[in-house]
Amino acid sequence: MVFLSGWGHYPIIAADLSRPAHLASIRQQLNNSASIIGQGHQRSYGDSALAQHMIRMTTFDRLLDFNPKTGVLICEAGISLQQLLAIFVPRGWFLPITPGTSYISMGGAIASDIHGKNHHLKGCFSECLYSFSLMIASGDILECSRTQNAELFYATCGGMGLTGIILTAHIQLKAIQSAWITETQYSAHHLNDLLDLFEAHHQATYSVAWIDTLAQGTQLGRSILMLGEHSAIGSLTLAKKNNRTLPINLPIWVLNRYSISAFNQYYFYQGKTTTQPRQVPYQTFFYPLDTIQHWYRLYGKNGFIQYQFVVPKAAGRTALTHILTTIHQYQQYPFLSVLKAFGPANQNYLSFPMEGYTLALDFKLNNTLLPLLDILDAMVLSYGGRLYLAKDARMSETTFKNSYPEWEKFQRVRHQWQAHTRFNSVQSRRIGL
Amino acid sequence: MKKVLIIGATSAIAEATARLWANAGHQLYLLARDEQKLITIAQDLKIRGAAQVDYAAADFDQTMKHAKLIQQSLSSLHTFDYVLIAHGYLPAAHISDHNIPLALASFHTNAVSTLSFIHFIIQQFKQQKYGTLAVITSVAGDRGRQSNPIYAAAKAAVSVFLQGLQHQFYRSNIHIIDIKPGFVDTPMTAEFKKGLLWAQPETIGQGIAQVFQQPKNCIYLPQFWRYIMLIIRWLPDFILHRTKL
Repeated sequence: MVFLSGWGHYPIIAADLSRPAHLASIRQQLNNSASIIGQGHQRSYGDSALAQHMIRMTTFDRLLDFNPKTGVLICEAGISLQQLLAIFVPRGWFLPITPGTSYISMGGAIASDIHGKNHHLKGCFSECLYSFSLMIASGDILECSRTQNAELFYATCGGMGLTGIILTAHIQLKAIQSAWITETQYSAHHLNDLLDLFEAHHQATYSVAWIDTLAQGTQLGRSILMLGEHSAIGSLTLAKKNNRTLPINLPIWVLNRYSISAFNQYYFYQGKTTTQPRQVPYQTFFYPLDTIQHWYRLYGKNGFIQYQFVVPKAAGRTALTHILTTIHQYQQYPFLSVLKAFGPANQNYLSFPMEGYTLALDFKLNNTLLPLLDILDAMVLSYGGRLYLAKDARMSETTFKNSYPEWEKFQRVRHQWQAHTRFNSVQSRRIGL
Repeated sequence: MKKVLIIGATSAIAEATARLWANAGHQLYLLARDEQKLITIAQDLKIRGAAQVDYAAADFDQTMKHAKLIQQSLSSLHTFDYVLIAHGYLPAAHISDHNIPLALASFHTNAVSTLSFIHFIIQQFKQQKYGTLAVITSVAGDRGRQSNPIYAAAKAAVSVFLQGLQHQFYRSNIHIIDIKPGFVDTPMTAEFKKGLLWAQPETIGQGIAQVFQQPKNCIYLPQFWRYIMLIIRWLPDFILHRTKL
């Protein structure tokens, strides 16, 4: 029995955790419980990788096949993206799609069908995925692709581990000439300017914006847009940098309206004054928080919730303005907020992105936060949007079912393969799957 | 490029070390019991950059087959620059109380089969007049305690044997290293509750790869175990025996 939580440290559950070293021992465990979920490095924020019986797949981190001419890789699903990049960046290969942390596993990237700063052009992680192998409830192992067991493929990409245990992945890497990224920053004094900037820079390979969610009125949504391109200069190997660690939980009062506001002020002005393109190592551009181990401790012992939603493009301006002003009215002050334009949705049943804008807000957990988030849920849904399952720790069954129109198709595939008799997480039970 | 033999190559610590050697472009020969796992690990190490990886699966308890296994690995590597012995297992606590054959079998695997391999490797080292051998023992071998005496005794036997060899090969190009890991978070210790003293196999692997470059007689990994074990070794019996250590 261990106490375990996702990255947000909310909720915390007491449950069994096993770390098998052989496929046979995974298979054996499938008979032990009806609440099993596979997990990687515990980087999903809420309760999607929590269950009464958790199977941690991190010992399955081997490379099985690599073609240095084409960049096609087969690997086990427990390997982290950070481990992969450490091996392949020096050889001139990069992940075509990568999220904001490199500490997630390959299996997690598939199960959350993660998106990155190039979603507007390249889509979700499943776009670089040819196939994967999956241990289903019976203990059998199936290869799934868009042509083989296709329904299981579409259900598993973005399916939060609810179809089985992902064992291996067959993916396409992308050739790069340098480990450096050319980063250009633009400042926007208002949300409207930011959305215009996203529009104007649609062709930029990578784009993401930091947004000051405390600024109001004429400064509402002031932000720094960061664009990135793979650099053609600079080497493929980088000097090793030591990570810093946040050793203890900070006291809860440290992050408050004034400290966050001061930070935002500083961050906006340093961004505003950095107008020249600059060369940064790929980790600095893609994974700025990875250099601080245990950064969730910023939010204190109660943990935090990352509230990430998407709203359709047409509703974008109105919805974002409405939501930002509501947060302010309720006197909740998110720290580190990120806005990003999404490209079109894909075919996977539970993938999060849709064409529009996604905003991720980190809220320190407190008593008044949860009622506000319920209000925000209703607003997001009224604009035709939805919440990201990999971040979620609290949305209701109704919210989920009203915003993921293909949930019934997903559930049908689960029933067809008996997945519902084995694979159930704390999250899946909460949202009625 | 170094020619490296790894005995017990599917253990988590050995695999973590092998990855660093693969990354450095060394040539590896792997010995372990589980053939399926060996195939996967060999493939992985090749992709990570090893010059060449070969392997053989065998049951190490059959010590009469050791000579042949060493011959086999030599025909692939031709010489041994580095040898790492990492096999062994943790018998259930208090096994000696209820299953004597099982307790003795664990001693056979953890001590006798290890000593047997060491003999053959030393023979080869003497012929080639150089070589570095490291054997993974344990902090458990530093003092007999109630928790797992048969495991401690096996590890202590190996450690004392290594001390003798270190004496014998003092001032030669043959280096003998005793590696004593503390608590490591591996499948072997899956059942234990993990606290602050626990280290990841990757950390231990880094320490091992490093000590091959600058050989020492004995290292504790992580190094703070040197001080913990110093205290435990010097603790008077009348105090130690009142604890549950």
